[in-house]
Amino acid sequence: MTQPGPADHALDNISWLWRLRLPTQPLLRHLIFALCGVGILYLLTSLLSPYNDYEVGEIALYVIALAGLSLLTGMNGQISLGNGAFMAVGAYTMALLMTHTQLNFIVELLAAIGAAAVMGLLIGIPATRLKGPYLAGMTLLFALALPPIADKWSTTFGGDQGLTTTVPNAPGNINPEEWLAWIQIIGALITLVLLANLIQSRFGRSFRAVRDDEIAASLTGIHVARTKVLAFVISAGCAGLAGGFLGLSTGVVNTGEFPLTLSIQLLAAMVLGGTGSLMGMLWGAVLLVYLPQWSTSLSGYFNLGSGASAYLATIIFGAVLIVVMIAAPTGIQGGLRWTWRHISGSMSRPGAVIPPVSELPGGQSPHVPMR
Amino acid sequence: MGLFINVTLDGVSNGMIFAALALALVLIFRATKIINFAQGAMAMMTTFLASSLLAQDLGYWWAFVAALAIGFVFGALVERVLIRPLKGKSELNPVVVTIGLLVVLEGMAGAIYGNASRGFPAAYSQSGITIGHSKIAFSHFDVFIVVAVLVLMIAILVLFRATTLGLRMRASAFAGEISRLLGVRVGMLLTLGWALAGVAGSLAGLLVAPTSSFSPYYMDLVLVYAFTAAVIGGLESPVGALIGGVITGLCISYVGGYLGSGLQPLGALVLLMVALMARPEGIFARPPARRV
Amino acid sequence: MRHSNHTAIGRWTRVLVASAMGVTLATVVLSPSAGASGSSAPGVTSTGISIGATVPLTGPAAPGYDEIAPAMNAVFGWVDAHGGVDGRKISYNYLDDGYNPANTATLTRKLVLQDNVFATVGSLGTPTQAAVQGFLNSQKVPQLFVESGCNCWSNPKFPESFGWQPPYTVEGKVLGAYIKAHFAGEKVGYLSQGDEFGQDFIKGMDMEIPSASVVSRQTYDASTLAGPLSNQVAALKAAGAQVVAMATIPAATALAMLPAAAIGYQPQYVISNVGADAPTVGPLLSSFTQKGGGTAAQAKATAGLLNGVITDSYFAPESDVTNPWVKVETKLLTDYAPSLYAKSGLDGNTQYGIALGLTFVQALQAAGKNLTRAALISAIEGSGKKFVTPGFVPLSYSSSVHYGFQGLEVVKLSTTAPPAVTPSGSWIGGIAVSPVETTNVGSGPVVKYTGRTSTPPAKLASTS
Repeated sequence: MTQPGPADHALDNISWLWRLRLPTQPLLRHLIFALCGVGILYLLTSLLSPYNDYEVGEIALYVIALAGLSLLTGMNGQISLGNGAFMAVGAYTMALLMTHTQLNFIVELLAAIGAAAVMGLLIGIPATRLKGPYLAGMTLLFALALPPIADKWSTTFGGDQGLTTTVPNAPGNINPEEWLAWIQIIGALITLVLLANLIQSRFGRSFRAVRDDEIAASLTGIHVARTKVLAFVISAGCAGLAGGFLGLSTGVVNTGEFPLTLSIQLLAAMVLGGTGSLMGMLWGAVLLVYLPQWSTSLSGYFNLGSGASAYLATIIFGAVLIVVMIAAPTGIQGGLRWTWRHISGSMSRPGAVIPPVSELPGGQSPHVPMR
Repeated sequence: MGLFINVTLDGVSNGMIFAALALALVLIFRATKIINFAQGAMAMMTTFLASSLLAQDLGYWWAFVAALAIGFVFGALVERVLIRPLKGKSELNPVVVTIGLLVVLEGMAGAIYGNASRGFPAAYSQSGITIGHSKIAFSHFDVFIVVAVLVLMIAILVLFRATTLGLRMRASAFAGEISRLLGVRVGMLLTLGWALAGVAGSLAGLLVAPTSSFSPYYMDLVLVYAFTAAVIGGLESPVGALIGGVITGLCISYVGGYLGSGLQPLGALVLLMVALMARPEGIFARPPARRV
Repeated sequence: MRHSNHTAIGRWTRVLVASAMGVTLATVVLSPSAGASGSSAPGVTSTGISIGATVPLTGPAAPGYDEIAPAMNAVFGWVDAHGGVDGRKISYNYLDDGYNPANTATLTRKLVLQDNVFATVGSLGTPTQAAVQGFLNSQKVPQLFVESGCNCWSNPKFPESFGWQPPYTVEGKVLGAYIKAHFAGEKVGYLSQGDEFGQDFIKGMDMEIPSASVVSRQTYDASTLAGPLSNQVAALKAAGAQVVAMATIPAATALAMLPAAAIGYQPQYVISNVGADAPTVGPLLSSFTQKGGGTAAQAKATAGLLNGVITDSYFAPESDVTNPWVKVETKLLTDYAPSLYAKSGLDGNTQYGIALGLTFVQALQAAGKNLTRAALISAIEGSGKKFVTPGFVPLSYSSSVHYGFQGLEVVKLSTTAPPAVTPSGSWIGGIAVSPVETTNVGSGPVVKYTGRTSTPPAKLASTS
C-alpha cells in the first residue's frame, strides 16, 4: 500500500460531511428533510416567474397523488388504475363545499380527503378479493364509471361548465400563482412526511409483508384484508387531496378533467419515477407536468405536420413506458440509486457508511416476484 | 314491451361481441396469466388496416380475412417482443407494458389515420329483419355476429379438447416446466395462444366497427366490458367468456335502456363487484388450489 | 445489517440537494425570459401580433374541430402576405388541450404568463373555456370568439369574453319556430347531448314548440358514446315521434340514424348544425352500407339516409359553389393551407375557421395602429356590426352584447341540391327552405331578417 499523498488528505477536511448523523427517530428525520425542502423551495419560488410557480405547484399536487399510488401499488402490491376517480371525488367535494358553504378552505380540503377516503373504503373492500391484473381491471372500470355520474346529475355537479373554485386571497403582495404553489407545496410536504413516517412504522412493514406473501403475513398475525383496505383508504385520501388542489389550479371542477387518461398517466408516472419510492414520485410528477411541453417542442423541431405531431407526445409516452418497464423497471429513482451506488462505491473511504438498498425509505425493489 | 324486446336483442348481439373479445382475454390469461389491456387497441389497429385495404377496393371478405391474419401475426409479435422479457417478474410489469402498448397504438392510429371521420361497413345488411309487419332490432348482420362468434368459440374448444396441439397448449399453461421436460415447445405454444387471441380480438374489432363511431378509441369501452365478461365467466374458461359476455351485454343494455347511457360503465362495475363478492373465481372456473 | 446507531443521511441530503438543484436548473432553463418588448401591449410589436388558443388536436373530441385553427391560419397567411394589419404580421400559436380543462388551465397560463400573447382567439369548448374564463378576465386578456354556443360568453361579469357562433338557444328557437310553422300538430321527440349544448338547444326549442307536442325527451352522454343509441331511438319510436329534433355531435347523429334506419323508423329529422355537416356525418353513415361496395354506393346510401334532414346554417354552404364567399374561401384554402385543403377540402369546419379568422382581422383593423387590448375590445363592441363576414347576418357585438351571429336560415339536405364535394367524396348538399331569421337567447321572437347580406370585399375576392 502506498503512502497517502497530499491528494488523499485533501478530502479529509470535508469528510465530516460524509459522516453527518441525523437523528434515528424517523419523525424528526423526516421533519428535517421537510424543512430543507421548505428552504430550497422558498428560494425557488421567489426566483421563478409566475408561470413556473404555477408549474411547481402542479408538480407538488401530482407528487401527492403519486405518493399515494406508490404506497398502494409499490408498497402494498395492489395495482390501481382508478386513482384519477378518487381525485375526482376529492375535487368535487371541495368544489361543492366552496359553492354552497363558507367554510375555510383547509376544512374543505380535509373534507375532500375524507370523502375520497370513504370512496377508497368502498372500493378497497371488494378489492381484497382480487389480485394483480383483476384488480387493475376493476379499478379501470371504476375510473370510467364515476365521472359520468356527475354528468347525469348536472344540476348538482355543475354539468359542462362545472363548479368554480376560488383560491383564498394571497396575503400582501405575493402573486396568486406563487401563493397557490405554496399551498400545494406545503400540502405535499406534509403528505410526504406523514407517508414517510407511515412507511417506517409497523404499518409500512405490514403493507410490504402483505405484498410479498399474504399467507406468510397472516401467519405472523397481520390482518391481511384490513391492511389492504387501509392502503386503499390512504391512497384514495392522498388522491382526494391532490384532486382538491387540481380543482384550485384549474379554477373549475368538471368531469372533463378526470378522463381515463389521467389514471393511466398516474400509474405511468409512478412507474417511470420509481415504483415504491417516495423520492421517485418527484421525478414522476415532473414528467407529468413537463412531458407534453417537451414533446410539443420536439415535434416542432422535426417539423412534422400538425396531425402527426400532436400525437407524437402520446406515442413517445407509451413507448418510453414500455421500454422502461422491460429494461429498467425500477424507474428513474432506481436508476439514480444504481448510479450512486457505483459512484460512491468507487469513492468510499474507511468509515463512510453506505447503507444497503433495503435500509432506505420505501426501498424495496419492486420486482420481487409475486404469486 | 316493445322496448324490452329491443333492448334484450340489442344486449344479445352486443354480448356476443364482448364474448369474442373476452375469449381473446381468456386465451391470453390461460397461456400467460396476464390480462392484455391492449387487446382492444390491437383489434382497432387491425380493423383500421382492413379499412385501408377496403379503400384500395380490395373486396370485403378479403379485407376481413386479412384483418384476422394480421391479428394472428400481431398477437404473436407482441408476445415475443414485449411479453417474453417480462417472464418471472412482478405482476405490475405486464399491466404497465400492455397499457403502454394501448397508448402507443391509439397514438399511432391517430397520427396515421388522422382525425377525419370514417365508417366501416358491415358484412351483411343492418336493416332489422321483418317479422310480421314490423322490423325487429335484429338484422342479418346481428345473426352473422352470433354465428361468427359461436363458430370461433367452437373452433377454440375443439382445438383445446380434441387435438394434440390443444392438449400441449393446456399442458404448457398448466405446468410449464414439466411440459418442457417432456419435450413440449412451451414458448412456441404460448406465442400461439397470443396469436389465436389476436384473431379473436380482430374478429371483435370487425364486428363492432360498423355500429360504433369508428375512431382510434372505439374499442376502449368494449375492452372494459369484455374484461367484465371474462371475469364473470372465469378468466380461464372459453365457455365462461361466452356466457359472461351475454350476461354483461344484457346488463349494459338494460341499464342503458332504462336508466341512461351514461350509467352503463357504472352498471358494469356494479355487476362486476356483485359477481366478485358472490363467486370470485367466476361461473365456470374451478376454485384454484393455492400453493402455500 | 446495521453496524451503528445512525443512518447515513449524507447520501440522502446529497440526493435531495442535487435533485432540488436539478429541478431549479430545469425550470430556469425551460422558462424563456419574459418578452421585453416595451411595446403598447403584451404580444404586440411594431412588426407582429402574437395570439394564442387552446383547441383539441388529439383525443376523442378532435375529429373535425382540429381543422378550424389551421383554416384560420390560412386567413392570417393571406393577411401577412399582403403586409399584415398596420404592418404587423399575425402569429397564431394554437396548443392542444385534448378537451381536458386541466390542460386548458395550464396551457392558457403558459400563453398568457410566459408567451405573453395579446389575446386568445378561437379557443374551443365550453368546459375548457369556462375553466379559464375567470383567469383571462382577471388578467384582462381578451378571450375572443370562443368556439362554443354556450350562453356564457356574453356576461357583464366577464367583459373580456366574446362568443362568435350562434348560441345554441338561438339555434333551438329558429328551428323550433320552423317546426311549429311547418309541422304543426305533429308529435315531436328530442334527442340531445346531456350537457350545456343539448340543454341550451332544448331550452330554445321549448320556447317555440308547445310542450304538449313533445312526446319524448331522450339524452345521451358524450363521454360514454360508444355504440348505437338504439335505446333512445326505440323510445322515440315507441312514443310515436314524427319529428325528431336532435342536438347531437356528428358521431351521435350517425349513431342515432343508423339504428333508426335498421328498425325502419324514418321520422323527420331536425338537427343542429353542430351535427349535420354532410361531409362529416356522411362517412360515419357509410357504415350502413354492406361490405363497402365502393365509394359511389356508399355516397348513394348515405345520401339516402340524409335526404330530407332539416338543419340550419349561418353562412353559405360549401355546396353553393357559385356563391362569392364560397369561392373566396376555397381560394384562401388552396393558396394558404394546401395540405389542409387536400385533406379536408371546404367543409363546415374549414368554413367556420375562415369566417372566424376574417372576423379577427377586421377587429384588428378597426382597433387601429395604436393597438392595445382595450382598443381591441372597444373596436369589436363599436364596429363589430359593420364587419364583413360570410355570415348571412351582421355580428351582434355591442357594449352590452358579446354574442356574434344571432341569425340563421333553415336548410334542407336534398339530393336535388348541388352536392358538397370534398377529398373524401361527394356528399349531399342543402337548399334553403326559409329566409334568414334572427332572434336572441332570451324571450324575443324569431323574426325575418330584412337587412343586407354582405359580399366579399374586392381585395379579397380578386386577389391571389
